[in-house]
Amino acid sequence: MAKVFEAADATNLMTELRRSFDAGVTRGYEWRVSQLKKLLVICDNHEPEIVSALHDDLGKPELESSVYEVALLRNSIKLALKQLKNWMAPDKAKTSLTTFPASAEIVSEPLGVVLVISAWNYPFLLSIDPVIGAISAGNAVVLKPSELAPSSSSLLAKLLEQYLDPSAVRVVEGAVTETTLLLEQKWDKIFYTGSSRIGRIIMMAAAKHLTPVVLELGGKSPVVIDSDTNLKITVKRIIAGKWGCNNGQACISPDYILTTKEYAPKVIDAMKQELEAFYGKNPMESKDMSRIVNSNHFDRLSKILEEKEVSDKIVYGGQKNRDNLKIAPTILLDVPLDSLIMSEEIFGPLLPILTLNNLEECFDVIRSRPKPLAAYLFTQNQKLKERFAMTVSAGGIVVNDIAVHLSLPTLPFGGVGESGMGSYHGKFSFDAFSHKKAVLYKSFIGDAAIRYPPYSRGKLRLLKALVNSNLVEVFKVLLGLS
Amino acid sequence: MTKLLEMNNHTLRFAAGGVYRTTRLNVASLALATSSPFQFSGGGGYCSIPSRLKLTCYATLSAVVKSQESTFDGKEAALLVDELRINFNTGRPKSYEWRISQLQNIAKMIDEKEKCITEALYQDLSKPELEAFLAELSNTKSSCMLAIKELKNWMAPETVKTSVTTFPSSAQIVSEPLGVVLIISAWNFPFLLSVEPVIGAISAGNAVVLKPSEIAPATSSLLAKLFSEYLDETAIRVVQGGVPETTALLDQKWDKIFFTGGARVGRIVMAAAAKHLTPVVLELGGKCPALVDSDVNLQVAARRIITGKWACNNGQACIGVDYVITTKDFAPKLIDALKTELKTFFGENPLKSKDLSRIVNSFHFKRLESMMKENGVANKIVHGGQTMEDKLKISPTILVDVPEGSSMMQEEIFGPLLPVITVSKIEDGFQVIQSRPKPLAAYLFTDNKELQNQFVQNVSAGGMSINETVLHVTLKDLPFGGVGESGIGAYHGKFSYETFSHKKGVLYRSFDGDSDLRYPPYTPEKKRVLKALLSSDIFGAILAFFGFSKES
Repeated sequence: MAKVFEAADATNLMTELRRSFDAGVTRGYEWRVSQLKKLLVICDNHEPEIVSALHDDLGKPELESSVYEVALLRNSIKLALKQLKNWMAPDKAKTSLTTFPASAEIVSEPLGVVLVISAWNYPFLLSIDPVIGAISAGNAVVLKPSELAPSSSSLLAKLLEQYLDPSAVRVVEGAVTETTLLLEQKWDKIFYTGSSRIGRIIMMAAAKHLTPVVLELGGKSPVVIDSDTNLKITVKRIIAGKWGCNNGQACISPDYILTTKEYAPKVIDAMKQELEAFYGKNPMESKDMSRIVNSNHFDRLSKILEEKEVSDKIVYGGQKNRDNLKIAPTILLDVPLDSLIMSEEIFGPLLPILTLNNLEECFDVIRSRPKPLAAYLFTQNQKLKERFAMTVSAGGIVVNDIAVHLSLPTLPFGGVGESGMGSYHGKFSFDAFSHKKAVLYKSFIGDAAIRYPPYSRGKLRLLKALVNSNLVEVFKVLLGLS
Repeated sequence: MTKLLEMNNHTLRFAAGGVYRTTRLNVASLALATSSPFQFSGGGGYCSIPSRLKLTCYATLSAVVKSQESTFDGKEAALLVDELRINFNTGRPKSYEWRISQLQNIAKMIDEKEKCITEALYQDLSKPELEAFLAELSNTKSSCMLAIKELKNWMAPETVKTSVTTFPSSAQIVSEPLGVVLIISAWNFPFLLSVEPVIGAISAGNAVVLKPSEIAPATSSLLAKLFSEYLDETAIRVVQGGVPETTALLDQKWDKIFFTGGARVGRIVMAAAAKHLTPVVLELGGKCPALVDSDVNLQVAARRIITGKWACNNGQACIGVDYVITTKDFAPKLIDALKTELKTFFGENPLKSKDLSRIVNSFHFKRLESMMKENGVANKIVHGGQTMEDKLKISPTILVDVPEGSSMMQEEIFGPLLPVITVSKIEDGFQVIQSRPKPLAAYLFTDNKELQNQFVQNVSAGGMSINETVLHVTLKDLPFGGVGESGIGAYHGKFSYETFSHKKGVLYRSFDGDSDLRYPPYTPEKKRVLKALLSSDIFGAILAFFGFSKES
């Protein structure tokens, strides 16, 4: 890597980008489109390099990389390119009697210079997707990719430098030191993806400058399985959403399962069967699963797995190999509620199942914990679906599937409570990086003296009548009757 | 906006643990300490305010209402939040019926207690009745009526389109209440800025604690009394107090904090919120400019500027005009017009006019006075400048070309002083505005369409009115909120509802049409089809299905 990033570098970077922004470089429709098109070229021309960087960092299977990172990004960019004119157009707003004659609109304006701090688990998607929003909205942007996915980080730096306008889009690589220096600057928005612990630090730093934040965090996302379900498909979808999504290292990954005591054995049997169909007899050998990102996380997962009264609850899997950072898909049954595995976000291939006397209890279990980024339910029961969607609080909800909601640009993606604040995807990304400016237009005609001092009794009565739409009273006042 | 809770530079410590220091100083003019109940009487209504309030003023700016009974500390704040959370979790505030009943009670309260509210506002600010009616009562009432009328629509889940990846499925965005929320309001529009956000919080189905400003004590205690009389105490509460009470409240975990006040305290609120990952709305202020071109209808422009300055709580409003920018040539004409209209509005002796609010307290009076008396500023007064300390009155005052470095041009004025800055040509005004922190509002007076367009495109502000002041905030279809130094988040109308809601994406899938494509083991074939599908290349998808490869 080149020279060290110092405080002066952060200041200079900010000065330069602010100059570009103030000069209007990023505001025009043409600039935004040109940058988005360049991002599309990156996706189209560099997919093999991206796939290989993701393989270096995470052992991510090619299909997962192509589908969940490159293809999703491509869709995001294409949507932005297609919709940008509409998104940028002011929204007409209704005016009222008070302001008559007038017109009003809501104008979206860029915030200025924004910072995107992304995560290591989907290092391309979680870096570029917010950048698409920032650029669409006409901002200058600095991206700080995660140092825990070093190959992706340096590839992002290389590609963005090669393709995008360096006067307004930059990548700063680094870890705590660099992030701290960046956070000392005054940004117009900070978009952070990561953990709630760092999220608090980010928001604290942002408060100094009154900078708004989007915090995309995580949490323990529950999966509720009703016995009235298509078990085979249910289980397949859970496996695809857990181990088939970066081996459980995803913020919307199923964290634990809630089902009834009677139904649990059936769920476990079906899981075992499908896991074997997906990953073979020896999943440690499978090429279709990511590895654990690094030895720190490997040790963390080992620790929560080996905890007393947890390790003896393993009903499937449990194999691990520190040399190649692999942990097999592991299912545990009824671990203690105060164990580490039930207190922390797991973020790995371990899946505890908690059993309930009746499914109703799931509502209390979920509500007693911090609000998760996602909550999932599998059932054919229409009433239960509706009740779940209406009463369970979570960033987002999927009924009868896992994680697919994030591929829908028509749904806002973001957390609530411990799982974050703010949202993005599709037009919500544009909105996340825009200020909605209220504009009222009036002319000089139709000026009514009624609102001006001196305030006579008559004016007050007339105004009250007008406001209450009491036309009889209006006429009485106007005619001088009391 | 103004100083709700001013304090020394202990900003973050205040947030972290409540270390604050105030120096006591007796200020006679505000010693409103009463031992007997003070009363408001009028026409049909009569209401009295409890006598336990004692008002003392501290040199560090803040006036603190002290309850003689018990002090509200961290423990009590924690108990309060626990209680409200339990009540919220029963699901009652979430129901449509509860929300509507509370909103109807607010409307009823405004109708029945109009007089009391007007009197309290007079007590706190000498606010003219018409201003109180228009800006506070009628505005709040219409927000409430709108919420009552639209609530069903707002609450209905919004169905959105799904895509081929998730086919077959349906998707909705469901609004859900956040939980237990805190609203900290300000003294300048103490009724509006308290009740309007409460309407949003209730509409969205939250439990809510309101902390009105201690600097408007009559309104604060009236709100406490009226809320307990009209609203459901199990989910809606008022906590009165100053810095210690607010600190105790801010230590709790809220699901949203909605703050109206100054940028300095805004930072404290946000830092306190960060500890609990609580989202915030910060409604702050800033120096709102009015740029006046020479092609205007002079009389109308002057009247509207006066209305947006002095007839808006005598300049003590976050969206009030802070300063005027115009060309050197036009300035004398504009100032003449302002003088003429000021005379029509407030008479020869504006200090005597009943149509102007007073300055809220002696701290702010002194602040404004010293701003006006600063070196290089005092000699720039071209109109007004009279003060009356015992009545806390300052007459409408116009100044021309005060130094850029003066505190008048560095701080938010928040009072009846109006500096006019002259530029050689009107376009130079843009630079003047852009060189400063983003204001809550920006105003432009011109008939020139091109200039209007440039202004809207290039000037960043919370909101703006063209050829008007302030009125954009009365439109319920427009979001009201700042940007940058003037705040975070927005409200009014449906935006209030949304501010206090979480927009939950919900996707429903069936078990039909499950495809093995996305499941391991990942074969090259699966990859080809998936990629084609995701890029909506239907032709590619069909080819892949039939076993052909485009690459081969």
